Amino acid sequence: MKKHIKILEFALSTLWRRKYKNLGIIVVFSIIVFTLSSILLLTYSFKREAVAILSGAPELIVQRVTGGRHDLIPLDYIKEIKSIPGTGEIIPRYWGYYYDISTDGNYTILGAYDRLYDSIRLLKGDFIKKGRQGVCVIGRGVSNARFADIGSKIPIVGSDGKVHVFTVIGVFDAKSSIVTNDLVIISLKDIRSLFSIPEDLSTDIVVRVYNPVEVNNIAGKIKSRLPDTRPITRSEILRTYDTLFDWRSGLILTMFSGAVLAFIILAWDKATGLSAEEKREIGILKAIGWETSDIMELKFWEGLVISSVSFLTGLIGGYIHIFFFGASIFSPALKGWSVICPKFHLMPYIDPYQVAVLLFLTVVPYMAATIVPSWKASITDPDVVMRG
Amino acid sequence: MIKHRIFIGFILFEILVLVFLFLHGVVAKNNRSSEIRRKRIIVHDLMLTDLSIWTEARYTRNPSQADLFSPFQDYPSSIEHFPAGSIIAPAPASILRGEFK
Repeated sequence: MKKHIKILEFALSTLWRRKYKNLGIIVVFSIIVFTLSSILLLTYSFKREAVAILSGAPELIVQRVTGGRHDLIPLDYIKEIKSIPGTGEIIPRYWGYYYDISTDGNYTILGAYDRLYDSIRLLKGDFIKKGRQGVCVIGRGVSNARFADIGSKIPIVGSDGKVHVFTVIGVFDAKSSIVTNDLVIISLKDIRSLFSIPEDLSTDIVVRVYNPVEVNNIAGKIKSRLPDTRPITRSEILRTYDTLFDWRSGLILTMFSGAVLAFIILAWDKATGLSAEEKREIGILKAIGWETSDIMELKFWEGLVISSVSFLTGLIGGYIHIFFFGASIFSPALKGWSVICPKFHLMPYIDPYQVAVLLFLTVVPYMAATIVPSWKASITDPDVVMRG
Repeated sequence: MIKHRIFIGFILFEILVLVFLFLHGVVAKNNRSSEIRRKRIIVHDLMLTDLSIWTEARYTRNPSQADLFSPFQDYPSSIEHFPAGSIIAPAPASILRGEFK
């Protein structure tokens, strides 16, 4: 044990002799691990949170497609869907988008349904009571963009070209921003009049299915009975979100591969050979009686010191970045052109498998890249090594 | 013989910080489980289908509702107009083909 500690002490002294170079490697290595771990933690927790929240989404949504485009669906379809065994409550949904020229933001306008009044939580103020018109409940993002609070007026230009003014009676809590940030909820009558939706049509239809096993079967039956429809099941929504936040996609992959390439260059630089000074050092150690195994152990400790410090520092930094600072470095890229974008307060979901993969992808190759060229030098005759 | 003590001390300190952070994660998850439940209730009651993260295009606001099946449509990873579309991945191919799983 003492021998190992002495070799470790010697390794630390060797590293300290070239402290600026080694500190530079630690900084670069830590930044790479920081970037990789931030990406993995962010995408994994996004995915887990999305699936946890959206498991409350409707079991089945039926859209109508006309000429390859999403179209308003006739309410007559409800009768046909109701006749399919296994279907529960069938509710028409009214919703649409609105571009607000004063803030450059896009809002999602949603019609409130009759049985919602007391169930909505995470809300400051009131929800829209049945029969109440000219009022709205807004998400935190809309509230911030328009500096609107309870009692403020929100003008929205309708399909008829007229300005419809809604008084804010409730604002969703920031905690629910991930699902309510851009919402403007108004009464059913108001949304029909705002978007000029005829009485016999709705945006789409929600079908409650009591037995989850039956959902796909019912979706198939709806599709065959009403061929111009597109049923979307909850499992499809969840699958979409499962693949949506994938580290292998687009910009995330670009950042990820950039970091991996930087690491490969770092390891490659190590693996392609030792400096003359390092070779001479190995030669002297051999000449004064060090065994090849001792030199290997020395190099093992050198690699372990640099990679373990870098890995732990990078991982700690990644965790703090994602879960304490809401991915603030990535957020300008994540936000894109969205004017109304929520602040990320992600739930700290951690996948031990991903941490282990990160460990194996960074620490192990770096140590291999440190040990292999040293092994080559240490099995050569000390005289040859020292002369270069 | 002091350097190795500093090194081991530093590594142990970092491991402790990491363990503390992971424990923080577990505690935060437990504390915020009611928050997730309430959000799920909002999603259920308002019959929402998507997260309100990217409000720059229809297919980024409601990726699960995007009409991936129609001609001339946009979807993430198609010829892209919006930055968010390069961050989020398209829906699985089976959904594009309209298969129910």
